[in-house]
Amino acid sequence: MTLPSRHLPKGRFSLRQQEVRLAWLLIAPSLLVILGVTLWPIIYTFILSFFNLPQGINQARIFVGLGNYIEMIQDQTFWATIGRTMYFTVFSVSLELVLGLAIAQLIHSHPWGWKVLRFSLIIPWAVPTIVNGAMWRWIYSADFGALNALLMQLGLIKHYIPWLTLPNAAMNLVILADVWHMMPFVALILQAALATLPEELEEAAAVDGANALQRFWSIRLPLLRPAILVALIARTVDAFRVFDIVYIITASGPASKTLTITYLTYLNTFPWGKQGIGAALSFLISFFTLTMAFIFIRFLYRPEETLQ
Amino acid sequence: MMPYRKPLRKFFLSILTIPVFFFIFFPILWLLSASFSTEVELFSVPTHWIPQHPTLKNYLEIIFPNLAASSVPRSFAIALLNSIKIASAVTVICIIIGSLAAYVLVRIPFKFNRAIQIGVIATRMVPEVSLILPLFVIASSLQLINKPIVLIVTYMSFALPYTIWMLTAFFQTVPVELEDAARIDGCGRMGILFRVVMPISVPGLISTAMFVFLLAWDEFFYALIFTSTLAAKTAPVAIAEFIGRYSVNINGMMAGGILAALPPVLLALIFQRYIVSGLTAGAVKG
Repeated sequence: MTLPSRHLPKGRFSLRQQEVRLAWLLIAPSLLVILGVTLWPIIYTFILSFFNLPQGINQARIFVGLGNYIEMIQDQTFWATIGRTMYFTVFSVSLELVLGLAIAQLIHSHPWGWKVLRFSLIIPWAVPTIVNGAMWRWIYSADFGALNALLMQLGLIKHYIPWLTLPNAAMNLVILADVWHMMPFVALILQAALATLPEELEEAAAVDGANALQRFWSIRLPLLRPAILVALIARTVDAFRVFDIVYIITASGPASKTLTITYLTYLNTFPWGKQGIGAALSFLISFFTLTMAFIFIRFLYRPEETLQ
Repeated sequence: MMPYRKPLRKFFLSILTIPVFFFIFFPILWLLSASFSTEVELFSVPTHWIPQHPTLKNYLEIIFPNLAASSVPRSFAIALLNSIKIASAVTVICIIIGSLAAYVLVRIPFKFNRAIQIGVIATRMVPEVSLILPLFVIASSLQLINKPIVLIVTYMSFALPYTIWMLTAFFQTVPVELEDAARIDGCGRMGILFRVVMPISVPGLISTAMFVFLLAWDEFFYALIFTSTLAAKTAPVAIAEFIGRYSVNINGMMAGGILAALPPVLLALIFQRYIVSGLTAGAVKG
C-alpha cells in the first residue's frame, strides 16, 4: 500500500508508525472483548480440564493430570454422543443443502408466486430457535399433536404414535425441525447466487445439444460452487454445536438417543457437577472447532485479497 | 420449441410450489391456531385445526401479568423486555466498536492484521458451551449472575466477531479512490471513516445491525446458565420455562412463542432486501 505524501512529512516512516498506532487504538476495544470472552475462556478451560472440582467451581481444585481426558474417552456415552452429533450434522446439513438447492432452482425458474415464496422463506429462518423447537415439540405431541392428527386424517396411521419416545425416530424428528428452520437460509443464499449467474453459457450449451441434466451438472453446479461452499460451511459449524433445539424438543431423550456433544458437555458442567470432565469436553470442542475453522478458512477466505 | 410448452412448464413448476408453501406454513399456522385456542380445544381429539371458540386469553395472560394464575406467564412480559434491552445493547456496542475494528482490518496494513482477521473468523465458530465454565466462574465471583450486564458482555463472544466479519465484507466494497480523494481534501483516517466509509456503508450497517440483533435475540444457552430468577430471564428461556416438571403449559408456550417470534420475523421481513447480502457476507446464524 502506498501512502499519499503529506505537506509536512516527518519522513514516511513516522507517518506509517502513526497509522499503525491509530490502527491498534481503533482495534483495541474489540481485541480486549474477544480476548476476554473467547480466548481467555478457551485457555482457562484447558487449564481446568486437568483438575477435579469436587466442591463446585470456585472451590478447591485437585490436579488429576490427564485423568479427565482418560475418563472421558473410556466412557461409552462419549463415543455414542460423537456418533450422534455426526449423524445430526451430516443428515441435517445434507437435507438442507439438497432441499435448499431444489427450492432455489424452483424460485429461479419463476413459477407463479415465486416472489411470495422467496418472501415466505424468510419467516422460518427468522423464528427463534427455541420457538421453533417449542412449536415442533407440540407438533410431535403423542396425544394431541398435529403430526398424528394429519397422518390419521390422511389414513396413513391407525392410532396415534408417541413420536418422541421412539428411540429410532427422535433424532430424525429433531433433524426435521432443524431442516424447517435452516433450509430457507440455504435456499435464500443459493437463490441469490443463481440470480447472478450468466445465462449465456447454459444457452450456448443448449444450442450445442446438452440436455437439462448435463447443463445443470456441468455448468450450473460448478458456477454455484462458492455459494454452496459458504452455505455448507456455515451450516456444518452450526449443526455440530446443536443444543437449543435438542434441549426443548427432547431434552436429550429418549434414553439419551438425542444426546449430542454440546449437550453432554452441558450436563457434565452443570446438572451433574462434573466440571473437570465438562472442561475436558469443552476444550475438545474448542480444539475441534478451531481446527475445522482453519481448514475452512483455507478453502474460502484469502485475507491478502482484503487489503486493497 | 412448441409454443404451448412454456405455459405448461410454468404450470407444473407452479404446482411444485404448493408442497413447499405447505411445509413452510403448516407449522406456523398450527402454532398460531394453538395460541388462540382454549385449553379444552387444544386437548381435543379429533384435532380442531381452527379453534371453534378463539380466545385471546393466552395472550392477555402474558401481556397483563396480574391476570395469570402461575408465575411463568406472569413473568413473560418481563422476559420480553429483557430480551429487547439486551439485544439492543449488544447491537449498539457491537456496531460501534466493531466498525472501528473492521475499518482497520480492511484499510490499515500492520503486522498482525491478517492473524487478527483469521482469529476473528475462527472465534466466531467456537460454541458457547465450550466457553461457559470460565465465564461462569468470573460471573459468579463478581456476583453478576442474574444481571443483564453479564448477558450483554458474554453475547459479545459470538456477536462481535460476527459484526467485524460482516462489516469487513461491506467496507471492502467502498472504493479506495473515494478515500484517497477525501485524504487529499485533508481528511484524516477518522474523518474518512466517519464522513466517507460509514455513510456509504449504511445499508451494510443496517444489515449487520439486524443480524446481530437477531443473533442476540435468539441466544439461549448463556441466558439459561446466567439467569435463575424470573425477573432476569430472556424470552427464549421464558419459553423453555413453560415446560414444567410435571406438565407443560402449551397455551402459554404457544402464545409466548408467537410474541417472541414477532420482533425478529417482522424485522427480517421489513429489511428483507438486506437479508441476502447479509447472509452472504456473514453466512452464519445460530
